[in-house]
Amino acid sequence: MTGLYVQNLSYAYGTKQALQDVTFGVEPGQFCALLGPNGAGKSTLFSLLTRLFTTSQGRIEVAGHDMTKHPRAALARMGVVFQQPTLDLDLTVQRNLTYFAALHGLSGRDAEARITAALERLNMAERAAERARDLNGGHRRRLEIARCLIHDPAVLLLDEPTVGLDAAARRAITDHVHDLSRDDGLTVLWATHLTDEISQEDQVVILHQGKVLKDAPCHEITQGAGLQDVFLTLTGAPA
Amino acid sequence: MKAALTALRAIVIREALRFVRQRSRFVAALVRPLVWLVVFAAGFRAALGLSITPPYQTYITYEIYIVPGLCGMILLFNGMQSSLSLVYDREMGSMRLLLTSPLPRWWLLICRLLASTAISILQVYTFLIVAALYGIDFPVIGYLSALPALIVAGVMLGALGLALSSTIKQLENFAGVMNFVIFPMFFLSSALYPLWKMAESSVLLRDICAANPFTHAVELIRFALYGEFNAPALGWTLLAGAVFIALALWGYDPARGMKRQKG
Repeated sequence: MTGLYVQNLSYAYGTKQALQDVTFGVEPGQFCALLGPNGAGKSTLFSLLTRLFTTSQGRIEVAGHDMTKHPRAALARMGVVFQQPTLDLDLTVQRNLTYFAALHGLSGRDAEARITAALERLNMAERAAERARDLNGGHRRRLEIARCLIHDPAVLLLDEPTVGLDAAARRAITDHVHDLSRDDGLTVLWATHLTDEISQEDQVVILHQGKVLKDAPCHEITQGAGLQDVFLTLTGAPA
Repeated sequence: MKAALTALRAIVIREALRFVRQRSRFVAALVRPLVWLVVFAAGFRAALGLSITPPYQTYITYEIYIVPGLCGMILLFNGMQSSLSLVYDREMGSMRLLLTSPLPRWWLLICRLLASTAISILQVYTFLIVAALYGIDFPVIGYLSALPALIVAGVMLGALGLALSSTIKQLENFAGVMNFVIFPMFFLSSALYPLWKMAESSVLLRDICAANPFTHAVELIRFALYGEFNAPALGWTLLAGAVFIALALWGYDPARGMKRQKG
């Protein structure tokens, strides 16, 4: 199995239960939107998926690697775009990418070739020498997506990657990542609370108060209605 | 193995670039000990008589006495400042990038530690050059033998900063810790006055100073600057370093949770 699988995952901050028995799977090549209001547990789930912290309750499998037993193999197959910006603004685009490649053990010509390929994929090749600070918000995000592809991951995790971007940049980035799953077979988990970023074919996992409310293709959840309305009804009623 | 060294190199280069970029930080790091050397030491020279104690073989001026302590001060401030940048990094997110690398987490933290120590040592040598121009110099062999001492002391103090940063969630809390760690560590040590001098006023204070790992780091540097080896100082510094590194690794253990604030 090369996708992303989460089984019976629970996590508590002291007495506050942040995630409760969360189970879902994303098949290879699938774009899965993790939809949830603020405080639903998305960030906690992302922290567990990226092993910023760990839990003994439940299981995470990334591209066939168990996160508890083989964390390094799992992380090596994963590309992450965090909600917080993680670029070094005073370094050039190229230096930012070289640094990241080195953190994945890549250097020299191999790293150069991968960096060039990743920048071309996101139409940013001509910006390699610019300082990250000189890029606009949309391009910075695009750079972070280019960066997370350098080590050829099988699974992409993006935590609200369009926060703070204008409509055009949001659309461009959402389309890019949809293409990555459709054309390159990448497994994508895209956390958001914006329903317009989700297309009808996407898988949707709705997280609310630490639990999975729905896990199905978007069109099955909406049944012709608007996703926004369905989402609000689902998350509004039990609150 | 190659991957680990590639990462180490990249982390050191990144630290160096960040440091070069922040010129004000470099100037501040240099001005602070120089002010102590030129102003404080000049004032104290008349007040403080120093007897002949190892490694000194003759009477020395206070300026000469204080230089190893000021080298330690640079390492101490820098170790803390580097962990300040870790807290900042963590808030900014680039620490996440580091910690999600598929290399062992302990190695990534050691890389950060070595990178910040390398930067500190560059500053110490810059300070020693300026001190030499000011007329306070050491035997040539001392400049060489000081290097391993500076590495050991720098790693120990950097590890202390790292351990502290793992328990601090917000930048604001860090300022308090700086005051409660840096100043006591610096003043309750042999950096500014020899321990026997301290004992004249209070034996308890002397004992506290003698237990302070910073004292041993300073003594290690002091002896090394004269090409001499101080085994107890090395032992204590290594021991403290090992404890701080263990605390830092525990602090950054993912099972403990890196941040516990958001749901």
